[in-house]
Amino acid sequence: MGGKMKKFFSILLTLFLPISFTNVSKAAGHMEAEVIHWWTSGGEQAAISQFAEAWQEMGNTWIDTAITGGDNARGTTVNRIIGGNPPTAAQFNISKQFVDLVEQGLLQSLEEVASAEGWRDFIYPPELIETCEFEGEFYCVPVNIHSWQWMWINNDVYKQVGLPVPQTFEEFLAGAPKIQEAGIIPLALGGQGWQESGMFDVVASSIMGFPLMRSVYRDKDIDAFRDGRFESVLNTYRELNQFTDEGSPGRLWNDTTAMVIEGKAAMQVMGDWARGEFAVAGMEAMKDYSCVIPGKEKYVALGGDVFVFPKNDDPKVKDTQLAMASMMVNPTVQAKFNNAKGSLPMRLDVDTSAADACMQMGLDLIQNPDAIMRESDDWNTPAFTAAWGDIISEFRNDPNYTVAQAMDDLEGVLTSGL
Amino acid sequence: MPLFRNIASMIALLPMIVISLTVFVGCIIYSFVYSLTNSKLVPVMNYVGFDQYERLFKQRKWDVAVENIFIYGFVFTIGCLVIGFLLAVLIDQKIRGESLFRTIFLYPYAVCIAAVWQGAGFVMVLMLAGLRGIDEDIWKSLSIEGVAKWKSYLFVILPMLRPMVVTAIVLIAAGVVKVYDLILALTSGGPGYATTTPAMYVMENFFSRANLGQAFAASIIMFISVVCILAPWAFYEFYLRNKYAAN
Repeated sequence: MGGKMKKFFSILLTLFLPISFTNVSKAAGHMEAEVIHWWTSGGEQAAISQFAEAWQEMGNTWIDTAITGGDNARGTTVNRIIGGNPPTAAQFNISKQFVDLVEQGLLQSLEEVASAEGWRDFIYPPELIETCEFEGEFYCVPVNIHSWQWMWINNDVYKQVGLPVPQTFEEFLAGAPKIQEAGIIPLALGGQGWQESGMFDVVASSIMGFPLMRSVYRDKDIDAFRDGRFESVLNTYRELNQFTDEGSPGRLWNDTTAMVIEGKAAMQVMGDWARGEFAVAGMEAMKDYSCVIPGKEKYVALGGDVFVFPKNDDPKVKDTQLAMASMMVNPTVQAKFNNAKGSLPMRLDVDTSAADACMQMGLDLIQNPDAIMRESDDWNTPAFTAAWGDIISEFRNDPNYTVAQAMDDLEGVLTSGL
Repeated sequence: MPLFRNIASMIALLPMIVISLTVFVGCIIYSFVYSLTNSKLVPVMNYVGFDQYERLFKQRKWDVAVENIFIYGFVFTIGCLVIGFLLAVLIDQKIRGESLFRTIFLYPYAVCIAAVWQGAGFVMVLMLAGLRGIDEDIWKSLSIEGVAKWKSYLFVILPMLRPMVVTAIVLIAAGVVKVYDLILALTSGGPGYATTTPAMYVMENFFSRANLGQAFAASIIMFISVVCILAPWAFYEFYLRNKYAAN
């Protein structure tokens, strides 16, 4: 709703601009940019507004096209590019989602501004450069780092049942029956495919560690996949799912986070964008709620968002795009944006004094290169991750789907060449 | 020259023919050609033979989708026909306030039984039109013979409504094959993929999974199965029967 209203007003504004401000805008080199993104929750809206405000302070117009759901937003972007009406900028994830667009020559190279500003020197960690660079040229702007590796825990619930806050999935499982007896849902999980497979990868990395995960997801190493640890991940995942509620299917992630905030549920596994929801609800990190990176080996997963800039027939659009790309990596804008978003900035020289206890944990951890974990979609196509996610989701929802059967089907995806 | 006999109507029909050919036939050919490629996010002409079809038939999800469409199709078609026919018979009793009832039946509010309800209203209108077309003399002779009302409907009138039934089934079946919005609104295909349908499988691969080749292959299979089921039957009903009846 907010996004729609905003879009409506921006369109209204652009309609009137040529009449009233023609001279002013010409003098200021006025630029107009339409940005497609899927940031529609409270915390997310606060974050994208930081970009919009910075852009408007430069004397430009921001047309906000917010589309609910990453899938829908990316679908719209691709359709509009192919249909010949591309947006100025569009959001994708740090992943292989937009590789086809680069290969088909549909995206604007940002190399001009990237080499002029020395992006390769300040973008951290360097894996982000890898995501955006094709044949020596930049095609995307990483704007933030979001890690999935978190358990979000309501401290009051654990105080109420007299248990310490769990640090691993094993500890959580040990305490879960007691929470259930107290009439509280132990595990808040939204039963949508991406949430189910997101939690699965957190369980997987905390049980088998990132190196083994990499052998499976990147190298498609069947021996590593079959060495027994993956089965135990599936077993743990199934155990965890006994402790969800019946309202789980189809529930949105932020509605699920709200269950933890309100104390109806004890814990949710979700990326650090959930932190924004706790902040909006006025809860304080480590006091009212805990954020725990589960497992002995602690990782920061290198998820997050990038913006790409589709090529446009109008040569003037390129200048707009380069100006916006430069704005997005600006350290001041980065600080404001990431503080609102609850994510880590894509450079280390950013003022993070406003970071809360949870964000500080992430900031400390990411400076250790060994703690940086890649996600499956850094190496695999959306078709692969979706086929993989289907099996995880079916495994969670169908108790008759055995571990052995799931292992065979997952191996089928690994060897499918998708 | 019969082709030019009705030149005015031919010209009037031309835009429709051109649009049908380019949009429908053109898109079917386009889909088939690209179903033989490994297109991902954007269509690319990278020929891989029938790999996409092979992959499709290996998908557990596709099996579930096909199974679901048969269950849904069976329940939906039978439900619509039975309820629709009963409603039409009830209205045919020349009860008071008929126009009011007709309106209510056509504008359903229930969400869960939406599919059958909506379809039944449509079948009812078709059947009612058929019932109103039955000659009064037939009813008179039936009552002279002393045939019970329900027997008259079931054994005399219903067979006479055969063209209506066939039309209804063809239209309902088309609705079954493309069912998408209802499932998306109610369950999104979940939990897991327990309630997914072939149309959802196609849409997912098109828009969210960046797997165009697979989506094209699935839609071609959907198209072929519809043609296989409906074509012989429609041919018999609309062509052969008329021919025999004429003889």
